[in-house]
Amino acid sequence: MDDVVHSVTCHSPAEMLRPPSSSSRMRAAVAFCDRVAVPVLALLILVAIPVLTDSFRLAMFGKYLSFAFCAVGLVLAWGYGGILSLGQGIFFGLGSYLIAMTMKLEATSADPAAAVFNSDGPPVPDFMTWNSVDVLPWWWMPFEHLWFAVVAAIVLPAGIAFALGYANFRKRVSGVYFSIVTLCLASMASIVIIGQQGYTGGINGITNLSTFGGYDIRTDQAVYVIYFATALFLLSSILVGRFILRSRLGKVLIAVRDREDRIRFSGYDPAMFKAVIFAVAALFSAVGGALFTLQVGFASPSVSGIVPSIEMVIYAAVGGRLSLVGAVYGTLIICLAKSLLSEQFPSLWMYFMGAVFILTTMVFPKGLSGALDRFRGTQEDQ
Amino acid sequence: MPTTILEINDLSVSFDGFKAVDGLNFYVDQNELHVVIGPNGAGKTTLLDMICGKTKPSAGTIEFKGLHLEKMLEYQITRSGVGRKFQNPMVYEDLTVSENLEISYPKKRDPWGCLFFRKDDAVRNEIARIADLVFLKDQMQRKSAHLSHGQKQWLEIGMLLMQDPELLLLDEPVAGMSPRERELTGELLRTIARGRSMVVIEHDMEFVRSIAHKVTVLHQGKTLAEGNMEKVQNDPRVIEVYLGH
Repeated sequence: MDDVVHSVTCHSPAEMLRPPSSSSRMRAAVAFCDRVAVPVLALLILVAIPVLTDSFRLAMFGKYLSFAFCAVGLVLAWGYGGILSLGQGIFFGLGSYLIAMTMKLEATSADPAAAVFNSDGPPVPDFMTWNSVDVLPWWWMPFEHLWFAVVAAIVLPAGIAFALGYANFRKRVSGVYFSIVTLCLASMASIVIIGQQGYTGGINGITNLSTFGGYDIRTDQAVYVIYFATALFLLSSILVGRFILRSRLGKVLIAVRDREDRIRFSGYDPAMFKAVIFAVAALFSAVGGALFTLQVGFASPSVSGIVPSIEMVIYAAVGGRLSLVGAVYGTLIICLAKSLLSEQFPSLWMYFMGAVFILTTMVFPKGLSGALDRFRGTQEDQ
Repeated sequence: MPTTILEINDLSVSFDGFKAVDGLNFYVDQNELHVVIGPNGAGKTTLLDMICGKTKPSAGTIEFKGLHLEKMLEYQITRSGVGRKFQNPMVYEDLTVSENLEISYPKKRDPWGCLFFRKDDAVRNEIARIADLVFLKDQMQRKSAHLSHGQKQWLEIGMLLMQDPELLLLDEPVAGMSPRERELTGELLRTIARGRSMVVIEHDMEFVRSIAHKVTVLHQGKTLAEGNMEKVQNDPRVIEVYLGH
């Protein structure tokens, strides 16, 4: 594990086939791949996919891209920070639910039936009425303001992740133990959501969301608008991640990951660095969750619990946990395979995904991008 | 009269009832190169561990420039000007030599500061100067995982020099080195000792004689003898427990 190489992803076939020559040419080739990786991905998701697919399939891809935010975050937290979080679904779910709350209130106030039940207070969402919650809970109130929901969907998941991370890392809870903590929290998150039906919509989630700040999200045009917004946000998050990794912060993260016991004696507080990168990963996941809700028009415990959290880890592992761009490809491949295979063989799909994960860890521990690097012989230096 | 920079009083720690360090008093003067010797299990490494915060003492005080190190966290101790080199070279293997030195630069060590850290000329020059000092200027872009054992030792010394500590703690800096590397390291230590205090653990008596200003012999967690090399070497108790066999 200790000899992991910096990931350098290449996506141009011509580059891949060039035989390794002198090390300086090799380095130039690597630098070239590094430079084109993001533009190539941008071409794929901004041009190729929208041109080649109809609006139904595009909406599907948009959904996949919203999951890719979690995988990109995991590359930072897991690949570089050494924090294997099995609970990214919590933050994805938080982002998703917080946006769904404001959209639900918007839908409710537009619904003439809702006003009938509660004439003297703010209108109460339908699922609350069904569960005998007749007054809008206080913590729902601020979500009548769109801006509040948007700010909360960004600040809250990052803040929770930071506090949670720092509390654990300061006590030197790390490695597999922290993974177990996140797993438990993911489990708790779905239990709370499902159990508190009157406040969260329970197992059904928050549904029938149609507008966001007055903008109808169900039209064909909206599919395109939200898809492009998702793609652009995703590319921005990759650029932010890349900026982090190329700064001294990125190098310190690698040092924290590989030698946490040593970095303290270089004068760094590893708990702080791990908490920060965990919060960044949570923030990305939450943005993905918010965009997910905009695309599908609901928030659901099925994307907030353990199963989606572990799927997200598989996306990152398959794409290569050291490659930000690879994480997006990993997500797209697994999600596409999931939708194709689960249509054909509904009962076999889970076994397939398990097998892919096991194979990846055994044969390509650095995922697709790592495999490409090896194929090109990029093992710089010996 | 030189001023004392490190003052350790009545320091004790025990592991599962075993007293690794037992009521130890230990002082280091400014600009002193102080070597600690003693048989295995005498508490030498444990002493350094407690100074740098890796191990918390169960009793006693460690004062460094008036700061109570025993109450501080490792990274705070490091920032106050204490540098520690471990026995086995501990470098960041996935980073290049240059990057290892860069992150050891003692400024902007919070996440935000790191994110916007600019490697300006001052930093670049310092990295080049240190790399030259520790014989690694031709290895700058090499992953430190690929360095030889001796080179890793040098790199770690270089990382400590980047930190520019006032007190440097070295645990067996020439262990596992070839005779030629030992010689170079000896010179290196004499060079870097200028203007700072050092505590060095070493077994190689030849090497100790060549560098030490003052020698402390530890035995069963206590000071057995202290003074210059000659005095220590002729101490009958030292000969009995350590040098004699």
